[in-house]
Amino acid sequence: METFIANHATIRANGTIRLLDLPILDYVDFYHEVSLLAQRETVHCVSYFAYPTDQALRFICCMADDDSGNIRVFSHQAVLPNGQPLRSLTASHPAFHIFEREITENFGVAFTDHPWLKPVRFAWNRANQAMQVNDYPFYKIQSEELHEVGVGPIHAGVIEPGHFRFLCNGEMVLHLEIQLGWQHRGIEALYLQKPSLLQRTVLTEQIAGDTAVGHTLTFARLMESLSGVPTGQSLAIERAIALELERIAMHLFDLSNLNVGTAYQLASSVFGALRTPVINFFQAWCGNRFAKGLIRVGGTHYPLQADLRQRLSSLLDDVEKRFTEMAEPAFNLPSVLSRFEEIGKVTKKQMTLIGAVGQAARMSGLKRDLRWSHPDAIFAALKVEPVLLHTGDVWARYQLKHYELVASMELIRKLLKLLHAENRPPQKPVPKAELVLKSDTLAVSLSEGWRGEICHCAVTDAAGKIRHYKVKDPSMHNWTALALSLRNLEISDFPINNKSYNLSYCGFDL
Amino acid sequence: MLSEISILFHHGKQFIPNLALAQVPAPFRGRPVITSAPVDTGALVDVCPTNAIASVGQKVSIDLGKCLFCGECALAFPEKISFTNDHKLASNDRQRLIIHEGSEQPITLDPDRVRAELRAIFGRSLKLRQISAAGDNSFEAELNACGNVNFDMGRFGIEFVASPRHADGVVITGPISQNMAEATEICYQAVPDPKLVVLVGVDAISGGIFAGSQALNRSFLDKYPVDLYVPGNPPHPLTFINGILELTRSKFMR
Repeated sequence: METFIANHATIRANGTIRLLDLPILDYVDFYHEVSLLAQRETVHCVSYFAYPTDQALRFICCMADDDSGNIRVFSHQAVLPNGQPLRSLTASHPAFHIFEREITENFGVAFTDHPWLKPVRFAWNRANQAMQVNDYPFYKIQSEELHEVGVGPIHAGVIEPGHFRFLCNGEMVLHLEIQLGWQHRGIEALYLQKPSLLQRTVLTEQIAGDTAVGHTLTFARLMESLSGVPTGQSLAIERAIALELERIAMHLFDLSNLNVGTAYQLASSVFGALRTPVINFFQAWCGNRFAKGLIRVGGTHYPLQADLRQRLSSLLDDVEKRFTEMAEPAFNLPSVLSRFEEIGKVTKKQMTLIGAVGQAARMSGLKRDLRWSHPDAIFAALKVEPVLLHTGDVWARYQLKHYELVASMELIRKLLKLLHAENRPPQKPVPKAELVLKSDTLAVSLSEGWRGEICHCAVTDAAGKIRHYKVKDPSMHNWTALALSLRNLEISDFPINNKSYNLSYCGFDL
Repeated sequence: MLSEISILFHHGKQFIPNLALAQVPAPFRGRPVITSAPVDTGALVDVCPTNAIASVGQKVSIDLGKCLFCGECALAFPEKISFTNDHKLASNDRQRLIIHEGSEQPITLDPDRVRAELRAIFGRSLKLRQISAAGDNSFEAELNACGNVNFDMGRFGIEFVASPRHADGVVITGPISQNMAEATEICYQAVPDPKLVVLVGVDAISGGIFAGSQALNRSFLDKYPVDLYVPGNPPHPLTFINGILELTRSKFMR
């Protein structure tokens, strides 16, 4: 244990640490410690990024430890420009692939033995400006038997852009490669370019508009821990209600969309129509159907007043009743089962290797849920037990949304009781005067959004200004799960697989 | 079978009979109204995260093409600014999106700017190709909602189609990233003439909070005319549908 204390720092989720207290390891030691830890199923990397300091590139690696509920933070640094090539962690721990690729793309760091060192999102400030978004190096197999199918960036439906390249043998997909980056808006750089707290808050709401609560909540907690702004119990409860309500709305959306895939129009219409009153509740609560405007740093403009609580309570009863009635056939019809069962199967081992989080982990039997492993005080009090399924197919992903939706309704009922007992409205957000942030500090914030684990990190400088901001949407890990699901599957099974994951393009592209 | 009939019965009629008259209840933030109350206009202008509020000679205006409808200005200066629940915000004239102090007029289209062929050709059927050019997925979700059982814009012959070759125009969401600039242009070029361009949401109209980001390339908008601006973050389905109807129908109920 002695060596552990010396070589890394331990913080709680939503905690901060002074950079001074974060030891800088030699890369050999960093590699050794992190790869040792990464072998454990109950530990996974939530963020690994680099930022430039005066003469060097400093690397921060945050490992979530489910056993202790802590985050272990490791650090190393490299001399600029580019320094020595680093031995890739990905070669032995594939879950690091996306982080090391991102570091290479942003700073030109060379990793040896990385099996898949490809561009991530073609960020505007990438190191290699010669490579454009159309130059992505797709994996190829030379064969007269095979053909390629390219789809996108613009898709047939009203959805975000991404390019999917299928390597097929007849109808069978040998390999799917997903190229993203089309949505890149330069969000992380904008955190530094837009200095006001409100600008940063509304920027966060646009990271992924379908996860406005999840991302903004993560940002708000980060700012609150960096500034020491106190927040009350009732604010935390109301935010948890918003987080669960967003989960319900999006799970209903997915269930509706998946039933477009089964051509079961009744289920698609009913689940879709059930989402409407849920997002209309957000509209009644804060004036926006996607809850933009609801989450603010330090407080809220829209306390959940008694009449709204009453309305939410009866909304849940109504939605549950109609949902249960529809779920009976929608989860039992042989035609639905035959469309979903055994399709797009992935294993728990695969999901562990790629570092899957959220729904993509839980549908394969991998127990990852921050509300359970790294809960805030509210979720800790509620003792959230993650829904766990084991078959790893579209059917598991479909069912997971059903069970989680029911569980979230139950959670909101409990939260409403807690809120009633609290009986003290949350405070107003911090006024326009800018926050004073702790100087030379790293802050890590984690929330379990409806897709999965959201992680925001910020590093401040000596003056307390943000010098680096890092956003991680769960889709960063989970796009690989979709690619794995398509192996040896008919290409016509792509849409239901894609809908069953419903990953974020803009959350990934930033 | 019987259970499904029972579901249908409980599902009931979901559609909104008259979309032109449908209301969105408060606290929905629609068209703002600016009073002549004296305030510290410098402080008011500073509140806005996207510089949508301007003050010229002590007269305040809000540009809905830049407005995120976050409502922070109304919360800070309730005596000066309030948001009504009027969701009809679309116009074909960029200038009409600017709300001036004292004005309580609804936002309308400029009939003189509507190309005659639009109404003649698209007045009864309009097929649209959607391009998400770095939209945040809430914009796209609301456009999808336009076709759902509640709003059902298909009743007017308006729908989104899979190919630009089948489309009469493009509906752009998002601030248009550098990485989507070429695809956006190719898609637009693939739509047969005559065609229209609709910008949906604050990000598309002005860049929103992304204005000034080096990751954008908005040169498409310098090259091609825009037929309709639909403000919002994201625009409510009623805002989009009523805007399209006003653009393409000579008889439009307000």
